[in-house]
Amino acid sequence: MNSDVLLSISDLYKAFGGVAATNQVTLDILDREVHAIIGPNGAGKTTLVSQLTGVLMPDAGQITFKGNDITYMPAHRRPHLGMARSFQITSIIHDMTVLENVALAIQAKAGHSYRFWRSADSDQNLTGPAMEALRGVGLEAQAMQIAGPLSHGEHRQLEMAMVMATAPVLVLLDEPTAGMGQEDSTRMIAALQVLKGSCTIILVEHDMDAVFALADRITVLVEGRVIATGKPDAIRSDETVRQAYLGEELEAVTDVPGSGSSGTVRHVC
Amino acid sequence: MTLRGWVTCAVIVVLALVPPIVSLVDNAFILDMATRFVILAIAAVSLNLILGYGRMISFGHAAYLGIGAYAVGIPAYYEVYNGYLHILIAMSVSAVFALVTGIVCLRTRGVNFIMITMAFAQMVFFAFVSIEEYGGDDGLVIEMRSEFGSLIDLENASVLYYVCFVSLLLILYLIRRIVRSRFGMVIQGARGNEPRMQSLGFDTFRYKLACYVIAGTICGYAGALLGNFTNFISPEMMDWTRSGELIFMVVLGGTGSVFGPVLGTSVFLFLEEILSGLWLYWQLVFGVFLILVVLFAKGGIDSWLSGRRTH
Ligand SMILES: Nc1ncnc2c1ncn2[C@@H]1O[C@H](COP(=O)(O)OP(=O)(O)OP(=O)(O)O)[C@@H](O)[C@H]1O
Ligand SMILES: [Mg+2]
Repeated sequence: MNSDVLLSISDLYKAFGGVAATNQVTLDILDREVHAIIGPNGAGKTTLVSQLTGVLMPDAGQITFKGNDITYMPAHRRPHLGMARSFQITSIIHDMTVLENVALAIQAKAGHSYRFWRSADSDQNLTGPAMEALRGVGLEAQAMQIAGPLSHGEHRQLEMAMVMATAPVLVLLDEPTAGMGQEDSTRMIAALQVLKGSCTIILVEHDMDAVFALADRITVLVEGRVIATGKPDAIRSDETVRQAYLGEELEAVTDVPGSGSSGTVRHVC
Repeated sequence: MTLRGWVTCAVIVVLALVPPIVSLVDNAFILDMATRFVILAIAAVSLNLILGYGRMISFGHAAYLGIGAYAVGIPAYYEVYNGYLHILIAMSVSAVFALVTGIVCLRTRGVNFIMITMAFAQMVFFAFVSIEEYGGDDGLVIEMRSEFGSLIDLENASVLYYVCFVSLLLILYLIRRIVRSRFGMVIQGARGNEPRMQSLGFDTFRYKLACYVIAGTICGYAGALLGNFTNFISPEMMDWTRSGELIFMVVLGGTGSVFGPVLGTSVFLFLEEILSGLWLYWQLVFGVFLILVVLFAKGGIDSWLSGRRTH
């Protein structure tokens, strides 16, 4: 397409036991945009993110990142290209401290870890940037605590610190506000607002406040298919989207007056 | 200092004083017991590196004891007594065995991992049973212990003991460094949440394989000491029940610390000694006791000492 495309997905297909969870998805993610992926439960959002990060391998189709084919690249190599993800269900190392969790994220990108002698806990090269990342999410006071027993909100903050610690090029966030209260989720949206523009963000989210506050573009997935991609205003007013999904969700979101049809919506199916 | 710290120091001091005490009371049996204990403690400590820190429950760790012992016995059979060569063979063959079997075993998880590590160890067991040249079932007598020049004479029981004891100390220190290093953090991270470690960018398979090889190599070294100590090697040394005993020593002592397995080994051998003298069916009681420990004392002796139950 054009040189601004960071990640390109074409004809991606993945089925579980004959049921397509990702069905011929074709989508370009532009450099430094916040691209929200929305859709009802079971639409295949997590499945799509998992294929982009290599946790699941697609049955067919292609994924290119900065022009390189990464369709079947193992998950552990993708972070080295600058990709980082957070999980819908918090995924941290429970029996380590908060600081160690983030330090591991730094360590993963700091060359090989066949280093057997020096203590990692007292390695300034790891703890320094890790502490910095914790400050960024407001979790520095808990740095020395074991991560497991912390609250759900703190887990989500830790998860975010682990994602952001290494200044990734592409961030994939699978429902970062999942299970959060209003206050925490407002804080999370504000934190993402700060990030916006400094890296590319793929944001899977059910919270329409977050989506419309952050997204440059939105893709709507239903039953594994992309039914629309476009600017928020255009998605909001799109008839297909309203029928398939947004109708009830949008009632809750304050309607922006005059947001008629400023964008274009590309229908795929 | 914590209770755990005191106990650790006390055990080390007592072990350091075993030979002079033995010469005072004039009881060589105690020195034999202590030597066997120290060697098995090295094996248990090496097993804990993979079992405790990596949650890789290997049921074939005794194979390395056997490999190490045969690495002394077979050269000695051909009248090659160079101890440095023995240790080189013991450790390198163990490393290669761990590497090759690890590549296969580490692709499996849980019970499958346990079964396949056991299967590989049994393969080695049956291989040595079938080699008539080296005594097959009956084993192989080691006529002379490894030679390390005039400075270290292993034929002297106290010297052999101190070699084993210093080895234990060095290996404890080495493993302590390893588990706190970057490498150790990766191993423990993969124990806690392997998919997450991969999505952070760690090729966990390779790190676990490296850990598996390190543990096997150390245990191969312990095997070389064991061969020297017993002056005899038979396949029975690497039977799966031996691997099971090593697991019990580790679990009994506690998988949460580097030193825990040393405590586990001491209690295991102590109980074995006491119970076997008391009753013919001691193994039954012992077995029940071990099962209770596994079920109810999650962190083993170590966590009881430190009052901490982390995992
Ligand atoms: N590992 C799996 N095995 C079998 N089916 C799966 C698997 N993972 C997902 N699915 C199915 O694929 C479909 C898409 O699931 P996915 O988790 O991607 O949806 P989602 O859009 O993330 O939903 P949610 O909004 O609830 O998170 C669902 O029907 C789900 O049941
Ligand atoms: Mg999901």
